[in-house]
Amino acid sequence: METFLQQVINGISQGSAYALIALGYTMVYGVLRLINFAHGDVYMFGAFMGYYLANIPWIESRLGTSAASAVFVMLGAMILSAGLGILIEQFAYRPGRSATRFTLAFWFGVLGAGGGQLVGQTFASVVLGAVVGIAVGAVLEWLGIRPVRQESRLALLIIAIGVSLFLENGGQQAFGADPKFFPQIIPTTSLNIGPLNLDSQRVIVLLVSLALMVVLTVIVQYTKTGKAMRAVSFNLDAAKLMGINTDRIIAFTFALGSALAAAGGILVSLLYPRIDPLMGVMPGLKAFVAAVLGGIGSIPGAMIGGLIIGMAEVMAVGYGQSTYRDAIAFVILVLILLLRPAGIMGKGMIEKV
Amino acid sequence: MRRRSSLAVLCLLTAALVSCAGNTSDQASNEIVIGEFGSLTGTTATFGISTKNGIDMAIEEVNKAGGLLGKQVRVIVEDDQGRPEEAQTVVTKLITSDQVVAILGEVASSRTLAAAPVAQQSMIPMISPSSTNPRVTEVGDYIFRVCFIDPFQGFVMAKFASSTLKVLNVAILRDIKNDYSVGLADVFADNMKKMGGTIVSDESYSEGDTDFSAQLTSIRARNPQAIFIPGYYTEVGLIARQARRLGMTMPLLGGDGWDSPRLTDIGGEALNDTYFSNHYSVDDPSPAIQNFVSQYRTKYGETPDALAALGFDSANILFDAIRRANSAESVKIRDAIAQTVDYPGVTGKITLDANRNAVKPAVVLRVRDSKLEYVETITP
Repeated sequence: METFLQQVINGISQGSAYALIALGYTMVYGVLRLINFAHGDVYMFGAFMGYYLANIPWIESRLGTSAASAVFVMLGAMILSAGLGILIEQFAYRPGRSATRFTLAFWFGVLGAGGGQLVGQTFASVVLGAVVGIAVGAVLEWLGIRPVRQESRLALLIIAIGVSLFLENGGQQAFGADPKFFPQIIPTTSLNIGPLNLDSQRVIVLLVSLALMVVLTVIVQYTKTGKAMRAVSFNLDAAKLMGINTDRIIAFTFALGSALAAAGGILVSLLYPRIDPLMGVMPGLKAFVAAVLGGIGSIPGAMIGGLIIGMAEVMAVGYGQSTYRDAIAFVILVLILLLRPAGIMGKGMIEKV
Repeated sequence: MRRRSSLAVLCLLTAALVSCAGNTSDQASNEIVIGEFGSLTGTTATFGISTKNGIDMAIEEVNKAGGLLGKQVRVIVEDDQGRPEEAQTVVTKLITSDQVVAILGEVASSRTLAAAPVAQQSMIPMISPSSTNPRVTEVGDYIFRVCFIDPFQGFVMAKFASSTLKVLNVAILRDIKNDYSVGLADVFADNMKKMGGTIVSDESYSEGDTDFSAQLTSIRARNPQAIFIPGYYTEVGLIARQARRLGMTMPLLGGDGWDSPRLTDIGGEALNDTYFSNHYSVDDPSPAIQNFVSQYRTKYGETPDALAALGFDSANILFDAIRRANSAESVKIRDAIAQTVDYPGVTGKITLDANRNAVKPAVVLRVRDSKLEYVETITP
């Protein structure tokens, strides 16, 4: 029984980590109907920004003793990542929404260059990949996009994957591919309830994700910007006609989502202090599953979905085989898509044809 | 104007392609080219980097002394990013495109096992500095190693646990996707049982995992006196932290995969009261070791781990064989390597047995306040 309760605590702490990432996923989807596959990589970027900020000598000497330094690291990384989010939106998604030949070709080029880097690892393979990508993008645009000549969901999705690859490989170039140790910006204290162990960092991660869930709900439901976000989500063109600066609202959504991802990156790195440029891939995918499970677009749904996935994983490892750990989330994804595609908290949507 | 600029771009591209594709096809005859592959990046990056440092030192020494057979030695290094499939690709490249006469690598058994069949088929001798899984040299008669093997290492840690620490109820936490870890865990369990011990719990994880609390909670329920974790340093550091956080204070035991300057960065204080078997100790007063340690410190500014020492030894054994063979032909080099007897390496006297494995003693090290301390030497 005692072991089981400890496993429940382990599950909640792993789950709150997923929930933190899923919140950003679901919010961006809720507003833009875009699955931002780069979200896990912004999470990685946030963790690295936290790492570099915490290594500034002046900050490093105060870590663990002053709460202000932890807040500085956290907020600094969130602001930097929000900046990255705005850049991505500005240079990748915004041109993508009108899908001209240039943007599609450009992002296929990036995609190709990333592929070339993975396959060949020489300068030539990167260049060759980029050239092939640009050609494919231009042809696709000519055949597929131009006849439709409107906002293209597919183009945006491909752009998102391109941005994700770009951040992963760019991260390996910029930060180095070997793992780094994330400093303990908040000291750990053990809280023992009888035989059960629950340390301060796990509690902080859970509390912060709950708090962010509430803050997000308030922003989206009760502020003017939130109202505009919901209007954009409801109908982009109508929102524009009503005088809403849709580009600014979308940029804000991305900035908010990226700041959330950075907060997640830093908090999760407190629990598991090893960071590397590919650290966002798996948690990003699992958080995506969590968002779908909870009902993509629903903020409390992301929280519930994250907790369920975390709990399922820990139980699979604790009472079954550790090799099923990564499979379990995707089994849940398949099941939820078969049984209840809208997710737990999601509302069924009627597609207008 | 527009046409001209696109022509220029085309020329540039062609030049880039040609310069990258057609290198080293005509080797200068005044040098001996050997290949090296290792994980210079990825979760086990310090393995590859330390080994490369050791090999570079050996090459610098031999070239300063006039080279081999009157020729300079040149090494071509390939990064396999810690991925077995990549290891196979880069070794194929070293053999077919760079035409190396011999290959040094890898540290991790999974990667050596992936690449060894390529070397064996092409009849290019390959010396692994530090892959300890027994299956590595079973691939064929061109595959050698200069370190001890896991059946011995598992025996060492079982003996240390039962006679020195006097613990009998032991749990195992192994990396299920790693040949080295699974092999070592099995041998340890067998030896432990022979020495009267019990394996009270046997859990697993996969390389790259960050959360081990579920496995550790299951282990905790069985009250072991020690946990054997035959993994690599990145995961071991995290496991130690999470175990201590769950209030588990028993000693943690491991193998040479723990050895890395990064181990204590990640594990910190959680690694106090942990022990692992290794190939040598920097505290050993023997002049050969102290000489190597001080030279390495001057050159790289850090203390050499065992992988650096084994890298150094593997390169020197290869050079010794080339000298004795008096030839840089792969087949003759192979025969000479096989006849290595009592070569005085940094990690002990190296003799290669009929199965192309080195027979050497092992040391047990303790981690205390982020430093490694020598505990004892256990001989075969």
